[in-house]
Amino acid sequence: MTAPITAASMALDGGVLSAGDVAPEAAFVPSRGFWGHVGHRLVRDPVAMGAGALILLVVLIAILSPWITPMDPYKGSMLRRLKHVGDATYWLGSDELGRDMISRLMLGSRLSLFIGVTPVLIAFVIGSGIGILAGYVGGWTNTILMRTIDVFFAFPSVLLAIALSGALGAGIFNSIVSLTCVFVPQIARVAESVTTGIRKRDYIDAAKLSGASPLTIMRVQVLGNVVGPIFVYATSLISVSMILASGLSFLGLGVRPPEPEWGLMLNTLRTAIYANPVVAALPGVCIFVVSIAFNMFSDGLRAAMEIRQ
Amino acid sequence: MLIYILKRLVYVTPVAFGVSLVCFMLVHLAPGDALSAVLPADATQETINEMKAAYGFDKPLPVQYLIWLWHVLHGDLGTSIATGRPVLGEVTRAVINSLILASVATVIGFTFGTLFGFVAGYHRNSVADRAASALSVFGVSVPHYWLGMVLVIVFSATLGWLPPTGAGPDGSGNWRPDFDHLRYLILPAVTMSVIPTGIIARTVRALVADILAQDFVEALRAKGMDEFGVFKHVVRNAAPTALAIMGLQLGYLLGGSILVETVFAWPGTGFLLNAAIFQRDLPLLQGSILVLAMFFVVLNLLVDVMQTALDPRIERA
Repeated sequence: MTAPITAASMALDGGVLSAGDVAPEAAFVPSRGFWGHVGHRLVRDPVAMGAGALILLVVLIAILSPWITPMDPYKGSMLRRLKHVGDATYWLGSDELGRDMISRLMLGSRLSLFIGVTPVLIAFVIGSGIGILAGYVGGWTNTILMRTIDVFFAFPSVLLAIALSGALGAGIFNSIVSLTCVFVPQIARVAESVTTGIRKRDYIDAAKLSGASPLTIMRVQVLGNVVGPIFVYATSLISVSMILASGLSFLGLGVRPPEPEWGLMLNTLRTAIYANPVVAALPGVCIFVVSIAFNMFSDGLRAAMEIRQ
Repeated sequence: MLIYILKRLVYVTPVAFGVSLVCFMLVHLAPGDALSAVLPADATQETINEMKAAYGFDKPLPVQYLIWLWHVLHGDLGTSIATGRPVLGEVTRAVINSLILASVATVIGFTFGTLFGFVAGYHRNSVADRAASALSVFGVSVPHYWLGMVLVIVFSATLGWLPPTGAGPDGSGNWRPDFDHLRYLILPAVTMSVIPTGIIARTVRALVADILAQDFVEALRAKGMDEFGVFKHVVRNAAPTALAIMGLQLGYLLGGSILVETVFAWPGTGFLLNAAIFQRDLPLLQGSILVLAMFFVVLNLLVDVMQTALDPRIERA
């Protein structure tokens, strides 16, 4: 904050600073605030912006896909099965039932994004709630909540996801429920450690002394200071969630045919790896690209937020 | 050190009980009845009750849990509903196959991960650093089941160099350390090694960069130690954390191998879980998950103890 003022002042009076000419200039430099700074730094990060643009594009395709697919994604043709990429009618080829690949990939982005992002969103809300409560209240509440969370950490996440959705049975709803259960403990642990870190800070004491109720302190002082780091952590989970959600469909535990979803498409096209390997690999390319975009955007967001000092 | 191990054991025991409770409850999360898969649709109420009594499903849940736990502690994981064989035997065979695959993948991941991590950590912001960073993002972002398919497409379907599925030429489910079986191991192990490679490379890079920035490195150089001598000190400081990550990765791979094992039809735990889920063989599902989760708990404990033994500073903290 002081750098531009000093530079301006130095230009004015040849390097000699006096308290008098700092104060009026300082009034003209509006602070961007924390999030303003984060946004400013994020915009100047080309990798994060590229990744963000790609995510935005996929989201747009997902929203608009029912109206913009070049062909009917459900209509198959036994005579036009497994056309190659670059076909005059089927630009990205056709699948094992003769359905247009590009249309199915476009419509597939809807379910893939939905089952990948939703668990992280729900887990962000529930996990933050548990973690902030445990961290702020401390004592026995913390012990009971965090030891319960530890139990879920004893399962590798892929195993937990598959165990839960295997027991619950196949389906979109069940796969979202099981992935949410996988991410809640991870987010809760981060939320707890961030909250414990700020609990003893002076501004919390100041708020208490000023007579703020515990609920107000939780909402203003605590939430305002912990949501950022928890959010960044949650965005880093989206990529894993996308891979796992499509993985569940790949195993036959998520989306059911004939709905197009990238993981499920990859599974049904496994029979075609000899006849048409490029088309068979396409749905995986989509999962990979979206997952890498989420990872890079999350990395950029984390870097942009490291501006405390 | 002994006190530390005892402390960790005291801490792990309730977690282990919690894990057993979760595994037990899995069966009761399942829609319908655990027996619906084996009973004929027109079974009389009498038969159903008889079967329930035989499997102990007629007792209240807490009692069922205690009985189940008692059996588990005596090494009895129950009987597979689909095959009628003891669950323990099925799981043991599968765990051995999975462990072979996961160990080889971890060794590959550790070798390449530390290699890339050291190069990147030593030459921050160089081309090698960028390549290593790109590789680690690739490792954690790639859907490994898709990577497995792509490798099969390239090396089996197109080039014909390696077999696409199975654990050995005879089609039996047991892997043996000979050349023929080794060929079957390559593709699944390489597929699985991508995640640990990325994660270990990322961790080692940060570790090495941190260590190199510390004062003692400068002191070592100031007193005239050659680069190789300094390198040995860096390795010794990075080793505890790097080895700990490797241990945890082995656990993740063992528990998370189901997708890759399905792609390669590898006769391990993933394959067993897949069968258990789709045949709705709940005792088998419960038993395999319990064994895998306990393996992970014990592995975590070993990693903790080993890390403390290598780096006594952790115990004091």
